[in-house]
This record gives sequence, structure tokens and C-alpha cells, in this order.
Amino acid sequence: MEQLAELVWLVPLFPLAGFLFLMVAGRRLGEPIAGWVATAAMGGSFAASVLVFLGLRSLPSEERFVSVKLFDWVPAGDLDVSFGFLADPLSVTMILFITGVATLIHLYSIGYMHGDENFSKFFIYLNMFAFSMLLLVLGDNLLLTFLGWEGVGACSYFLISFWFTDEANSSAGKKAFITNRVGDFGFMLATFLAFLTFGSINYDTMLSGTISSTTASAIALLLFVGAMGKSAQFPLYLWLPDAMAGPTPVSALIHAATMVTSGVYLLTRVNPIIAASAEWVPDVIAWVGLFTALFAATIAVAQNDIKKVLAYSTVSQLGFMFVAVGSGFYVAAIFHMITHAFFKALLFLGSGSVIHGMSNDQDMRNYGGLQKLMPITSMTMIVGWLAISGVPPFAGFWSKDEVLLAAWTNNRPMWFLLLIAAIMTAFYMTRLVIMTFFGDPRWSDAGTGAAGDAAPSATAPATVGPERHPHESPWQMTLPLVALAGLAAVAGFMNLPFTDDLKFLYHWLEPSLFGNEVHSEAGTATKWIIAFIAIAGGLTGLAAAGSVYFSSTRDRNSIERPIMADGWGYDRAVTAFMGGPGRHLFNAVTTFDDVVVDGIVNGVAKSARVVGLGLRGLQSGYVRSYALGIGTGAIALLVYFVTRATF
Amino acid sequence: MDVTSTWYLVLAALIFAIGAYGLLIRRNPLVMFMCVELMLNSVNLTFVTFGRELRDLGGEVSVFFVLVVAAAEVVIGLALVVAITRRRPDATIDDISVLKG
Repeated sequence: MEQLAELVWLVPLFPLAGFLFLMVAGRRLGEPIAGWVATAAMGGSFAASVLVFLGLRSLPSEERFVSVKLFDWVPAGDLDVSFGFLADPLSVTMILFITGVATLIHLYSIGYMHGDENFSKFFIYLNMFAFSMLLLVLGDNLLLTFLGWEGVGACSYFLISFWFTDEANSSAGKKAFITNRVGDFGFMLATFLAFLTFGSINYDTMLSGTISSTTASAIALLLFVGAMGKSAQFPLYLWLPDAMAGPTPVSALIHAATMVTSGVYLLTRVNPIIAASAEWVPDVIAWVGLFTALFAATIAVAQNDIKKVLAYSTVSQLGFMFVAVGSGFYVAAIFHMITHAFFKALLFLGSGSVIHGMSNDQDMRNYGGLQKLMPITSMTMIVGWLAISGVPPFAGFWSKDEVLLAAWTNNRPMWFLLLIAAIMTAFYMTRLVIMTFFGDPRWSDAGTGAAGDAAPSATAPATVGPERHPHESPWQMTLPLVALAGLAAVAGFMNLPFTDDLKFLYHWLEPSLFGNEVHSEAGTATKWIIAFIAIAGGLTGLAAAGSVYFSSTRDRNSIERPIMADGWGYDRAVTAFMGGPGRHLFNAVTTFDDVVVDGIVNGVAKSARVVGLGLRGLQSGYVRSYALGIGTGAIALLVYFVTRATF
Repeated sequence: MDVTSTWYLVLAALIFAIGAYGLLIRRNPLVMFMCVELMLNSVNLTFVTFGRELRDLGGEVSVFFVLVVAAAEVVIGLALVVAITRRRPDATIDDISVLKG
């Protein structure tokens, strides 16, 4: 049993094998076998993760750091990086939900990608993405994590611009990749600094080493810059809403369970460094998270594209996690990450099911009344909606309550602002659900002459709106929805706040946090009050959205401001800057590179050439001149030694 | 007249000079080889002279090394000469200067 944890190398091996196999045989296998192979690979990976989990559980809690070194990777002087995996409670928690959710998304994709001409290619990318993510999480040093980090970035580029024939999709992929590169430079600098400080970039050395407050602050902030890129925090969140251009399973994979969680994971991984840094560093993390949570929530309220709502919602929820990380409540951050992985994957897949049924229309203004036509999709999405809105006993309530408690412990204004973000979360999610599943249909189905089975009301004739033929999705798509809905409903029970024994996740993660987890000093009564305020806030958001969007008389435009739909103009401002002054700046940098940097490099080459041209005259090809040279040289040497000789 | 070591050394210097001179002015590869041999053997003569003068067997031993090296050199050199002469019977050493810079 104890040895099971050493099987950790199996976890990334399965998707790697699936990736390599599909590279060779994918096109020949075609649809749907290629999809099943990829799904089986992920399923195997999940099974391996469960084995590793069981193995790690059977160890005493202080020995739950199983390091499996496969080979020396970069032995270069003092830098000795091994290709090794680290199985500890944190990484195993991550791989469990990553592989679990990824398996469901793979299964879903078989249904969703039905009929796509690049069916097998999609699964090649999916498997490679999962492999990179597992490397990121399991790597026992910063460099291996960085390899996964970059692999995830590259795969997200492939997946977001999967339908690359459309210009918008391919530029969205580029945007994601380039924005992530901005964060990556922070990661790289942090790695260099860590090597300078500790003489090693292995986690076990880094996390147990001593470090000065200034260096720790620098490393923590640089890693946070990396995390801002991957986990879509302000100001680097820009890529995430655009990334909705990819197929919906990609959105679910990238923006729920993987990739965006990697920033939160990284900061949790290096919690001793954050603990050693100056006091204002965690505050920066928390306030950036808070601002992002609020900022993205306001934008989500005014979006009409169903996936854009979910995208901004993801950015906002990631902000919640960073508030928890910055407040030192790592368990709350991981807890919210897990529940978010479940309900956000569910919501994305549900929206994909709706989009699939509505002939790839993503505009919620053309939805309405789909509840009866898509019973499974709507029921599961309603579970996801209640979970994200913070309605007990669904998962999101428990984790969001922990995050709110974190903010409360950190400081009161932060808690208040975060509560507003939570209320807005409930508001825009309710808006999404009502606009999609309830109310009068804003589409028509010529096949039946009426708006599906939904009874057309007198106020809204059934024949308005574009023509659609909504239908429930195949079982490959609904099964993952049901599974995720189940998880989104009960995942909160993995960390119940009532008694110490019920905090399973907390006790499990404890060894990975090296005692850096902050504990709330609030009394039981205060905690109950905070929880009730959170519930009341969530219900207020629900009720407010219900009163606006069920009613046909309320003016929605007073809420959905154009500037909010526009993302406060931030995206446009960045584009304008990059296209205008920024371009001049980049041109200047390019000129500098061409003239100075290339000038030096080419100058060295050119001088070698000039010297060579001068010297080639000496090589006449005539033996006698060589002989003369040798003779002259010999005589010169002789003269030299004779005149120097002392007798 | 007593033949002292000086005579041998002067003779060796003369032979060396003749060899070096020939190497520099002649263009026939074969003759140039002979010139090289002259130079080598003048050195051999010097070795033997000093070996006898100083009662040191090292001088004679060195000659054997030089002879072996010279033999090896001639093997390669003659092979080259044969190869070149086959293709261009009237080639001089200046004609085979394609390796010039």
C-alpha cells in the first residue's frame, strides 16, 4: 500500500502515451475511436491518481512527501535538475481533480466534436494538454513545473485556435499565448533568483531553506506575475475572455480544472516563501485578487455571449482564490479551486450542450425557454448555478464561505467588497440561467411551427427570432454533466467547518503548508453570522436578477451598461496602446536589437572574416614557400635561443 | 690529418644546406623528395657524430627513429607522386597548389 505513491510517474505517462499513440494512429482510427482512446488514457491517469492518493494516505502524515526521480535532466555545473515527480498532499489533490474532470471532458468532447474533420487532432491536443498540466503539478522543481507551464500555454494556443480558419479564433490563440508570455518572464526571473539564493531549484531545498525577507518578497512577487498570467488576474486577464473562441470542451478544460488553477497552485506550493516575504506582499496578492474579482464580475453582468459570462465569471472566481492565498488561507483557496473546477466545468459543458443544441449560436438574447427541451442540461446547469451562487448545501457555498472568512480575517473592507463580488456572482449567473432556460423563447422552430414544446405566451409571439432546432445532447455529453452536477452538489462536504474532524481537506493538506496556514480568530458566532450574511447576499443576488429578468417591464439597460459590456474599455485601451505608442516602442526595441545587439554579433563574425581574408594570402599553395617559412621560423627560433642561452 | 668531429659536422651542414637549397628551387616532386632525404640524413650524421663524441648511445638510437619516420614519409609521398604523375605526367609541384587560400 505504501509503495503505491511511488507509482506517481504513471499519472502523466497515460496521457503522454495517448498523445504519442494518437499522433501516429489518430487519423487512421478516426471518429469516434480516437476519442475513446484519449478518454481511456485520461481514465487510466485518473485511476493511477487514485492509487497514488491511497498510497499517500496510508503513510503517516509527516512522511507524505514521496519524491520519484526518473533521471538527471540538466546536470550543468552547480545547477543539477532532475526529472522527478513529487507526490505530496497538495499535488495529489490537484491531480485527482485534474484527471477526474479531464476524463469527463474528454468523454464529453466525443459527443461535442462529432462530425469535426479534425476530430482526432483535437484529442491529440487534449491529451498533450493534460500531460503538460500534470507535469506542471507533479514536477519536483521549478524547471519541470515551468516545462509543464509552457506546455500548457502552447497547448492552449493550439486548442483555442483549433478552428483556425476563422481569423478571430487564431488571433485569440495568439493573444492567449502572448499574454501568458508576459507572465512567464516573471516565472523565469523567479527561477533564476531562486537558484541564486538557494543554489537549487528543487522544491524540497527551496521550501526548507532560509531566505531573507527581501529576496523572498522578490521571488514571491515574480511568481505572482507568472500566476497573474496563467490564472488570468488583472492586468493580464485579457486572454481569457477571448479564449472562448475555442471549442467549448476546451473552455471547460482550460478555464475550470486546469491551466487557470496553476497560478493558485504555484503560490500555494511556495507558501514558505510567501510566509518569509515582507508583510505587504500577501496584501498585494489579496488586493489584486479582490480587484479582479470585482472588476470581472461587473463585466460579466453585461455580457450577452453565454460563454463570455462564464469566462468573466472564471476570472472573478480566480480573484476569490487569490484573496484567500493572499490572506494565508491556502486551504480555502484550494477548496474553492476544487469546487470551482467542478461547477465551472459543469457550467461550461452545460453551455456547450446548449450551444450544440442551438446550432452554435452563443448569444443568450436568442435563447429562452430551453428548460423543457433540454431537461438534463438545464437540471445540471441549475445545480451548477446554485453552487456558484453560494446557495447551501451546494459546493460553492462552503468554499466561498471559507474565502469570505479569509477576507474577514485579513481586513473588513476586503470582506465587504468581496461580498459584493459574491452578490454580483449570484446576479449574473441567475441572469444567465433565466435568459437561457426560462422565459419566452426568442427563437422559432419552423419544423413544429411553434417554439419547440414551450408554450408560446400571448405577449411574445413564438415566431420571433432566428430559427433554431434545440434538442438534448447525446449521452456522451449528458453523462459528464450529470457526474459533474453530482460533484458540484456534494463536493462541499470534503471540508465542513462545523467541527475539526469534518475538515478533511484541511487535515489532508496540512503537511504541504508547513504551518503557514492562517487561522481565523473569529468566534463561532461570528463565523455563523458571516455565513448567514453570505447566504443572504447570494439570495439577494438571485432575487434581484430574478426580479429583473423574469419581468418584461424592467429596463435591463440600466444594469447592463455598454461600458461594462465593453469590459470598462480596458481591452480596447490595451489594443490602442499596443497598436500606437506601443508599436513605436517595440520598433525602437527592434531597431536596438538590429543595430546594437546584432551589430555586436555580426561585428565579431565580420572581423573574423576580414582577418581571414588578410591571412589567406599566406597560403599560396606552393610547397617551397611553406618550406621557406618553416626554415625561416626554425632559424628565428634558433637565433632566439642562442642569444638567450647562458653558458 | 686527423679526422675530428668538426669535419663530420661541417659535412652534415653542407649536405643540409644542399638539401634545403634543392627543396626551395627544384620543382620536380621526386627531386624534392631526394632533397628532403638529404636533409634528414645530414641530421642523422650529426646525431651519430655527437653520439660518438659524447659516448652516448642515444645519438645512434635517434637515427633509427628518424629513419623510420623518413621511411613512412616516403611511402606517403611516393604514393602521392605516383598518383599525380599518372594523371598528369608532366606535373610539377607548382601545378598541385589547389589547396591555396
